[in-house]
Amino acid sequence: MRNIAALATGLVFGLGMTVSGMINPAKVLNFFDIAGAWDPSLALVMGSALITTAIGYRIVFAKGAPLLTGRFELPTRKDIDMPLVAGSAVYGLGWGLIGYCPGGVVPALGLGRPEPWIFTAALVAGMAAARFARTRMVAAPARG
Amino acid sequence: MSAVVGGVLIGLGAVMAMGLMGRIAGISGILAGTVFSPSDREWSWRAAFLAGMVVAPTFYTLAMGHSPEFEMPGTTMLSILSGLIVGVGVTFGAGCASGHGVCGLARLSPRSLIATGVFMAVAIATVFVTRHVIGG
Repeated sequence: MRNIAALATGLVFGLGMTVSGMINPAKVLNFFDIAGAWDPSLALVMGSALITTAIGYRIVFAKGAPLLTGRFELPTRKDIDMPLVAGSAVYGLGWGLIGYCPGGVVPALGLGRPEPWIFTAALVAGMAAARFARTRMVAAPARG
Repeated sequence: MSAVVGGVLIGLGAVMAMGLMGRIAGISGILAGTVFSPSDREWSWRAAFLAGMVVAPTFYTLAMGHSPEFEMPGTTMLSILSGLIVGVGVTFGAGCASGHGVCGLARLSPRSLIATGVFMAVAIATVFVTRHVIGG
């Protein structure tokens, strides 16, 4: 049951990405190009997604528990640390270079074209490298 | 119009993930969990979620009668380079546009607010440099 719900949820989410144009890297880059061929429509995408989520979360949290599992799993951290800021900056650099974010490229895998698969393979390789580096950092003794 | 419809659907997906499964719809985290934690109890719903996303363009094409617009900027080399960069960034930054920019902001998470501000600003600055400083 949970897997069917997840499949349906992924489909709705992916349709949103597809309909809004987030799976099209050229369009995403034009959204970032505020000094040139600016395409403001993705601001509407993010705005309407955010408002829908904010309202929907209120309704869902008011129920006290999710329908199919025991409890809500929410990130609890509130601190702003260096990995968060530096990692987000690195992500912004990559996103600005190509126009792809993970949420945009996953539905694009279903387009039947090779480019999204190449990007996704590199994305997973980057994740693997970062996870390896992070275990080394944690394992190493702190120096000053 | 398609922007608002698409945005509402994205939001609806995020709300379904929370309301049904109690989970954040952060695609970088779901993708990482699927690839790196195959024995995790959470694996099957993550994989099912990704499968739902992958078939979405097919549903779109069937409903609309044409495939969605798609144009890949840059070379294969740039795809690989930027894929690596995004992979490193979302791992240390603990999220991407969906996890921080939609789900996190909707919860008023201070970490997501900072993350979203940083990656949007850097993406805009990057496009400015590549298109108007060194390119164009």
